[in-house]
Amino acid sequence: MDAYTSVMNAFSTAQASFVPVALAVSAFLFVIGAVGVFVRRNVITVMMCVELMLNAVNLAFIAFSRAHGTIDGQILVFFVFTVAAAEAAVGLAIVIALQRNREDLDVDSFDLMKG
Amino acid sequence: MILDVILFYGAALVALASGLFVIAQRNPINSAFSLIITMCSLAVMFAMLGSGFIAVLQVVVYAGAIMVLFLFVIMLLNAQQDAGDRAGGIGRAGIILGIILALQAVMVVWKGSASLPTRHTETAAVDVARELFSQPRYLYPFEATSILILSAMIGAIVVARKEKGK
Repeated sequence: MDAYTSVMNAFSTAQASFVPVALAVSAFLFVIGAVGVFVRRNVITVMMCVELMLNAVNLAFIAFSRAHGTIDGQILVFFVFTVAAAEAAVGLAIVIALQRNREDLDVDSFDLMKG
Repeated sequence: MILDVILFYGAALVALASGLFVIAQRNPINSAFSLIITMCSLAVMFAMLGSGFIAVLQVVVYAGAIMVLFLFVIMLLNAQQDAGDRAGGIGRAGIILGIILALQAVMVVWKGSASLPTRHTETAAVDVARELFSQPRYLYPFEATSILILSAMIGAIVVARKEKGK
């Protein structure tokens, strides 16, 4: 019985720490996305890393919304969804135009603006 | 309760692992599928954190619509090979930046999580709708997003269309 109680206490402690764990996961996913933007060379993979960073921010919004007991974080996530959809549509259109005109998807080869 | 804890921590582990796979894969298709797994496990975490509506939206909009768009473009352009990791300075700078950022994140979460408030609530779709539509605070930004979507649509068509004479 005593072991059972201690196990249940451990589980309830773990449940109480949902918000800090979500924040930690969010931070690490953001870091993974940021490193991916620097490390990968394919344009599409770089855009997917940006989506990963947006998702990490969404997780932080939801976690804070839970911690504060308010709903504003969820509304902001809703707006992030629309912005992400717009960004993906325009970004992928640019990728298609790049492939058509340059026949290359390596980010290092697009240095026209560097002068 | 036990199931909640197992589900949440399992989803967190799956999200981190598949997030790492996104940047570890050479083939963009594998990255895209890893990203879909990340998004679905993030949806599980959203639901466990008491916002079921956003969890559903995450699966429908992100994993369903945006990632299908990505996969469509990858397959359309046959962009299944990556030239490999970025060699030289900028790749190394990115990894160093990532390490610094990760250390900062650990510090902030470590120090700050003690002072978090704990007013947990479960919210349904109707609460989100009431907050979004019944007050002008979010109603006008919501209307503004429709203009954003419209301009993104027009921009995507203009950028991607084939120019005459080419």
